Amino acid sequence: MVKQIVVGAHYGLRDWLAQRVTALVMLVYTLALLVALGRGPVSYASWKALFAQEWMRFATFLFVASVLIHAWVGMRNVWMDYVHHTGMRLALETATILWLVGCAGWAMQILWKV
Amino acid sequence: MPDLTAKKKRPLWYNLSPLNLPVPGLVSIFHRISGVMLFLGLAAFLYLLDLSLASESGFARAGELLRHPIGKLLLIAVVWAFLHHLCAGVRHLFLDIDVGVGLGSARRSAFAVFFISLMLTVFIGVRLW
Repeated sequence: MVKQIVVGAHYGLRDWLAQRVTALVMLVYTLALLVALGRGPVSYASWKALFAQEWMRFATFLFVASVLIHAWVGMRNVWMDYVHHTGMRLALETATILWLVGCAGWAMQILWKV
Repeated sequence: MPDLTAKKKRPLWYNLSPLNLPVPGLVSIFHRISGVMLFLGLAAFLYLLDLSLASESGFARAGELLRHPIGKLLLIAVVWAFLHHLCAGVRHLFLDIDVGVGLGSARRSAFAVFFISLMLTVFIGVRLW
C-alpha cells in the first residue's frame, strides 16, 4: 500500500482555480482583440492607436498578468512531472518564475511607451 | 521462524505502453506540448510587439520578419499551438462543470478539438502564405 503524505496549504485548489480564471481572461481578451482588429487591414497608425487607449492597456495588463500565472502553473506541472532531481527542478522553477516576471515587466514597458 | 515460502504482497506495476493512447489522451499530451511551445514563444512575441509599436519602420520590419518563409513557418506553428491549447482548454472547462464527461461525448469533443484547431490552422496558414 502506498502511504500518502499530505502536505501543503491547499495550494493545489488555488492553482487549479487560478488556471481556469486566467484561461477565461485570456479567452475574452483574444476574442476582443480579434473584434478590434477584424475591421480591416492593420496599419501602423491603427495598431498604435489601439494600444494607446487606456482600456486597451488595462485589458492587456490583465492578459499579461494572466499569462504570467497560467504559464507558471503549467510549466511548474511540467517540471514536477519530468524533472525528478530536486536541485535541478528547483533551479528550473526559479528560472521560470524569474523569466515570467521579467517578461511581464518587459510587456508593461512596451505598453506604457506607446 | 518466519514462513519463507509465503508469497510476499508485491506492488503492482502495469505496463501501459502496449495500449494505444485514446483520442482524449492525445488531446491532453498535445495540450501540454502546445503550452510549452507558447511558453517558449513568449520572447519572440514580446519582441515583435515591441518592434511593431516602437516606430513606423519597426512595424514594417516586424511585418517583414513574419513574411519571411522561416517566420511564416514559425508563425503557423505558434498559431496551431495557440488554437489547440485554446480549444483543448475550452473543452477542459466544460469537463470541469460536468458537461460532456461520458465516454462517447468525451471522445467526440476530443476529436473536435483536433479537427477545429487543425482546420483553422490550415485556413489561416493558407491565407498567410
